[in-house]
This record gives sequence, structure tokens and C-alpha cells, in this order.
Amino acid sequence: MSRSSNPLSSPRTPLLAGFARRGRLRHKTAGIVLLCLSVFALLGAGDPATRFNEIGHQMMCICGCNQILLECNHVGCPASDGMRNELMAAVSRGDSDSLVEQAFVQKYGPPVLAAPTTKGFDRAAYIVPPVALVLGFGLILFVIRSWKNRPAPAIADGLRPVRGAELEQFRDQAGKDTEL
Amino acid sequence: MAVLGSFALYLALALSVYCFLAGILALVEGAGSERLGETARRAGIATFAAVFLASLVLVICAFRDDFTIAYIFHHSNRDLPGPYKFAVLWSGQEGSLLFWSLLLGAYGFVLRLRYKTDPRLFAYASVVLAGVQIFFLSLLNFAARPFGLLEGPLRPDGSGLNPLLQYPEMVIHPPMLYLGYVGFTVPFAFALGALIMKYPGEKWIHITRRWTMVTWAFLTCGVFLGAHWAYSVLGWGGYWGWDPVENASLMPWLTGTAFLHSVMMQEKRGMLKMWNMWLVFATFWLAILGTFLTRSGIISSVHAFAQSSIGDWFAVFLILTLAVFLFFFFKNKSHLRSEHKLESIVSRESSFLFNNLLFGILCLTVLLGTWFPKITELVEEKKVTVSGPYYNSVAIPVALLLLILTAVGPLLAWRKTSLESLKRNFLWPTIGAIVVAVFLMITPKSWGSAFGLKPWQDISYFYSLMAIALSVLVTLTVASEFYRGGRVISKHTGQGMFASMVQLTHRNTRRYGGYIVHFGVAVVIIGFAGAAFNLDKEAAMANGDQMTIGPYTLICRSYTEDDAPNYASQWAMLDVYKNGKSMGTMTPVRRFYHASQQTSTMPDIRSSLNEDLYLVYEGQDDKNHPVIKAHLNALVMCIWLGVWIMLIGTVLALVPNAPAPVRVPSPARLKQAQAEPVTGD
Repeated sequence: MSRSSNPLSSPRTPLLAGFARRGRLRHKTAGIVLLCLSVFALLGAGDPATRFNEIGHQMMCICGCNQILLECNHVGCPASDGMRNELMAAVSRGDSDSLVEQAFVQKYGPPVLAAPTTKGFDRAAYIVPPVALVLGFGLILFVIRSWKNRPAPAIADGLRPVRGAELEQFRDQAGKDTEL
Repeated sequence: MAVLGSFALYLALALSVYCFLAGILALVEGAGSERLGETARRAGIATFAAVFLASLVLVICAFRDDFTIAYIFHHSNRDLPGPYKFAVLWSGQEGSLLFWSLLLGAYGFVLRLRYKTDPRLFAYASVVLAGVQIFFLSLLNFAARPFGLLEGPLRPDGSGLNPLLQYPEMVIHPPMLYLGYVGFTVPFAFALGALIMKYPGEKWIHITRRWTMVTWAFLTCGVFLGAHWAYSVLGWGGYWGWDPVENASLMPWLTGTAFLHSVMMQEKRGMLKMWNMWLVFATFWLAILGTFLTRSGIISSVHAFAQSSIGDWFAVFLILTLAVFLFFFFKNKSHLRSEHKLESIVSRESSFLFNNLLFGILCLTVLLGTWFPKITELVEEKKVTVSGPYYNSVAIPVALLLLILTAVGPLLAWRKTSLESLKRNFLWPTIGAIVVAVFLMITPKSWGSAFGLKPWQDISYFYSLMAIALSVLVTLTVASEFYRGGRVISKHTGQGMFASMVQLTHRNTRRYGGYIVHFGVAVVIIGFAGAAFNLDKEAAMANGDQMTIGPYTLICRSYTEDDAPNYASQWAMLDVYKNGKSMGTMTPVRRFYHASQQTSTMPDIRSSLNEDLYLVYEGQDDKNHPVIKAHLNALVMCIWLGVWIMLIGTVLALVPNAPAPVRVPSPARLKQAQAEPVTGD
């Protein structure tokens, strides 16, 4: 199919042309968003001190103190000084974040990372809470809907139920009276 | 003395077993067994007396340096200052379990004295409490004996108290935390009692709510005292490390907070009965689970108690309580059906549902993070660490959503809120929050820690800006609630606005006390948000050496060593200047405790509302010069200030309402009302 025969690019079909324009606009918007995100993600990323600080806060000291590498405050700690020097050397060499992490994991084992990775079974730690949130949200909407559809409770004899506009009127009046 | 203590514990166990069995018998037999029930109640009271005696004996033994008792030998020494000898009671495994039992006895004592409120419900609650007490007293008598004798020759001095615990707050923090943990047994006891007896109406909820609020206040106090202790003693510059022990205290706090919100649904609308039952149970269960986690050694923690043999006891108890609760829940759940219908999604009821969901997700995140190392070990035979970065990435977005709900919730009416009124009430607080956010972004960084916030530079800045803006939103909505209510009273009474707001609060202490708690939470969150701007620097400093951090310059004036009976210390004296102006002298200290042969740091902290200058003496370098680590921590003071506000709000919410002025309806309105009664459906 030649380019001109593509109905999405034909100026003679206004509706489809509209779709095409919207499609191009969507692509542009997506491009801009991606660009912004990339800029956002990369801002300050080249600065070795910032990278050292960021990566150092993603790792643990392995001396058994259970502290973040850059927060380990033991003078004479058998591990943290060496680890910090290694990290600084790796960052100064320009190693990527993942390369630095890989090297540390190889040397000290997976517990050197302060958080589970986003690979394999570790992903479960990140997936479970948002999934539970979405499911919970859906469940609440379902519950609210079913509660809304419940029959009204029985009203004592002699009382007239108030509904719709009249009920709103009473509510407005109560709101005005109390100003709350 | 050890014999007396052991005897008291055996007696307490026997009494609590009697209280439990006789209590059950009296409840099963019903009418005609009042005297049996009364003896059970008195046995419960006597249990407290016996546990109190045992605790007293242990404290006296600590003060008398009775090192024949292994527990005293391991947790005290002759030169230990008096207040810390008192704290020996909760400084180790056995003592802290005794303290737990003592507090449980004390709660039971109060409950059994107030039995006339509702004798049958209180009798059920008393039996449940006795059941829990039997577990702890069995532990104390057979698995973790505080009066066990030291094996081998008698030593002249004890091993000493852990240096980290030799800090004034450690005399207050554990009791507060334990009062919180143990206190949640009482709402659970009432809930289980109400479930078993199919208690009619919501009275048990009214009774439970006060207990829960008191307990919640203790737990809040305990959690934040722990944070303050970590900040003041551990010397790493932070207050929360997401250690399993910290998480263990946070989980019941989260579910307890959720319960305090959702309980209003049951009180006002008769809704969420099943859910509330589960929340009460989960809060109690999580308190025990946390204790199991930290004392079984199943999950590694920097805290004490790890690697002990009592984990199996706790595991059995957890399974047993779960089984008992499930049995009665499924047996009697038809009794818990809610009565009312919901009218709109934009209502106070819905906001409580979402509030509970978010608290639940936060709790799930903490629970998952705490257990995940163990889970991966079982699934993949691999060890992983779950620390701050994980919780920050998963929990902070949920917490921000919760903050939005904290702002919106109070503006929603019960049953239904019109979008127009929501817009009217929400407009100005929203504008205020946006203005503050923009102001924080455009002001120069040199104005202070939280200024010049560029959220696109770092995700932590984005979270901080959101947290501060949403906290401002919460504050403004709370302020607008006080203002609008105060204005109505002021218009009717002619009083000044402040007096009207005070009167308003008196009339509905629970509601406005709750708002003050929300305000406190907002202030605490602002304090947390400051963490994104923290700075730190480390250097060895000889006499006259300088270090600059933020606007501060530190000059080492001198450094020296000192020796005291309990510990030897090394410390540095540093002159502090802020923007060239002298701020005085700071002296971070490092101590070496003789008895325990352990070292601890005593940071020197200069606090202001804006930032804390936090200096740690980390040791000496090769040339014997002190190594000083300086932290500049932003907005930390807001955390402690916010907690005080939260506690004030809670106390206020516990005060009974002032009676509302009596109004006599006009004859015309009265006549009209009698002629045509109306009701909403």
C-alpha cells in the first residue's frame, strides 16, 4: 500500500484525517512526555558525587549493623570504608548504576542491596501492594454500589419518607441553619 | 528474694487459670452462678497483685545488686545509676515479659473494677484477658524465667545494662510502647466477648473506643519516643531505620488507627461491624506477631532479644488465637450484618472505607517488607535485604494518598455531600496549598532547607513538595472547620472567635480533638519531608581545624578524655558559627562502658524549628584526632512538635463533651412538626 492510499493520511476524508491528526498529536505528546521523563531521570545523574550518594543509599553495610552503607557510623567498621572506596572508584570510572550494583552483588551477595531487585521473585515485593490497592479500590466501589442498591430500612408508622428534591431541600436548609 | 518472686509468679498463674476456668463456667451456667463469676473476677484482680509482687521483687533485686539472679547479673551492675536499675525490669527478655504481664494485669485490674458498666460483657472480656495472661505467665514460669539463678560461681559485679539503653528516654519509651501493645488486648477482649455473646447494639464499641484511644495514644507516644531515642543515641543521624522491631510497632499502630476511624461508621451508621471486628483482632494479633518476630530470631534485627527459644510459644499462641477468633467469627457472623444503606460515594462513609483501605495497604507493605527476606529465603533460598529504599518507593505514594484523604475526609458529610459544598469548602484550602507549593519552588535555596524545592531534580524532592503541600492542605481544612464552626457560635452568642472555637471544641471534643490530631499528623509529615534536604559531612579535626556544613562552620577548640565509675568518655569541644555568628559550643561524646565493654555515642544536637545541627564523635584517627560527623537535618523538630499536638488532640478527644445549650422550639414550629412528622430514608 502506497503512502497516499493510506486512508489515515488522506486529506479528503475529514473524519479519518481528524483521527490521523489526533494520532500524530498523541505521538507528539507521548514523545514530549518521554523526553521530559528522560530529562527528569537524567538530571544530575552525571555528577559523580550525586551518583555516589544515590547508589550508596541503595546499599547496605555488610558488617552486620543493618545500616545503609552511607549511614554506617562505626569507626573502625571492617566493611563500610572499603565498600565506600570501591563505590567511589566505580563511580569515578563511569560505571553504570547497574554495573556497580552487579559488581557489589557478586562480591558481597544479594543482601548488599538495600531493597529487593525488580527481577524474578523479588518483583513480588513491588507488585503485591499496588495490586492489593487496585483490588481493594475495586472492592470498595463494588461494596458502595451494593450498599447503595440496598432496600431502604422500614420506617415507623406515621412517618413519611422524604426523598429526592425534597430531601435535598431539607439538607440545604440544615446546611444554611448550621453553616457547617 | 528469688524464691518469693518465683512463688508470686506461680501463684499468679494459678489465679489466672482459675479466673479463666471459673469465668467460663459462670458464663456457661448463666443465672445462678453469680458467686462463681465473682470469685473469677476477684481471682483476676489478685493475679495483678501477684504479678505486681513479682515485678517489685525483681526491681528490689536490681537495686540490691543481687547477682545470684541470672537476669540481674546480665542486665545490671553496681555502678548503674538508680533510674536505669529500675529500667532493668524491661531491659531483657524475661524482665520485659514480666513487665508485659504486669501491664496486662493492670489493664485487667481496671477492667474488673469497672465491671458494673455491663457485668456480662465485662465477664466475657475478663475471661479473654485471663486467657492471654495465662500464656504470658506460662512463659514466665516455664520458658523465660526472670528469677532463674546464675550458674557457676557468684560474680562480684554484673555485666551491665546495654549502653544504648542507658539514656533517659529508655526509662519511658518501653513502658509507653508496652502500654500500647498490651492495651490492644482490651479492645480485643471486648470484641471477642461481644462476638461470642452476640452482644446486641453498639455499646461495646462505645466502651472499647475509649480504651482504644488511650492505648493508641500510648503506642503513638511509644513509637515516637523510640524514634527520638534512636535519633538521640544511635548516632547515625536518623530516627527511623525500618528495622523489624520498628516495623513491629508500626503495624498495630496502622490497624489501630484504621479502627479508630472505621469505628465511627459502626457507632453512627451501624456499618462495618465485621470489618471492625477484624481490625480489632488484627491490631491485637499484629502486636503479638511483632513480639514473635523480634524474639524468635526468625528475622534478623539490630535490636536485642533475637535468637531465643520462646518463638515457638508465640507461634502456638498466634495460631491458637487466630483459630479461636475464626471459630467464633464464622459461628456468629450473621450477628454482624450491617443495617444501613449507603447513599453516595461522596460521603463520610466512603472516605472511611478508602481510609481503611490505605491504612490496610500501608500495613500490608510493612508486613510484606518485614517478612520478605524470610519469604525469599524459603522460595529461592536467597537472602535479600528490605530496608529504607523499598519502603520509600512503595509506602510513600500510599501515604500521600492518605494525606489527601485526611484533608478531604473532614469536609464530607455523613450520607451524602453535594459536589457544590465540597467545592465551596475545599477551594480556599486547595488554593492555599498550591500557593505554598509554588512559593517553596520559586524561593531561593539560601532561605533555608525546605526552600528552592525543584521537584523535577529528584524524586525525593517531588515527594517532599507533595508532602508539605498536602500537609498545608490538611492544616487549612482543619482550620476552616474550626473557623466555620466558631463563626456560627460567635454569631449566636456574640462571643469572640477564639472563645467560640473553644466552646465548639468543648461541645464535640471527639470531633475537634480528632481534627487537632490530624493537624499534628500534618506537622509530623512536614518533619518527615525534611529528610530530603539532609546534609552530612565527616572529618578528622585537630585543634583549630574547621568544617563547614550548610550555613554552619565548626571549629575544633579542644578534645579530651574523661573517666567515670560507669564509663570512660572521649569528647570534642567545637565552637559553632552560623553565617559567621557565634552559636555557642557543642560537645559530642563517645563512651566506653566498663561493665559491658561496649561503646556508645552521645551526639550533641542543636535544634531549631528549621533544622538540627547533629554532631557525632565517631572515634579517633591514626593521629588521635577526633573524627566528627556532622549532620544538618531539616525540619526534624516538626516531628516531635507534631507528636505533642497529636497527643494533646487525643487527650482532648477523651474529655467528655460539654452539654449543649437547651433550646426550646417555638410553638409554631412545634405545632408544625407534630402535624407532619418526616424522616430521611
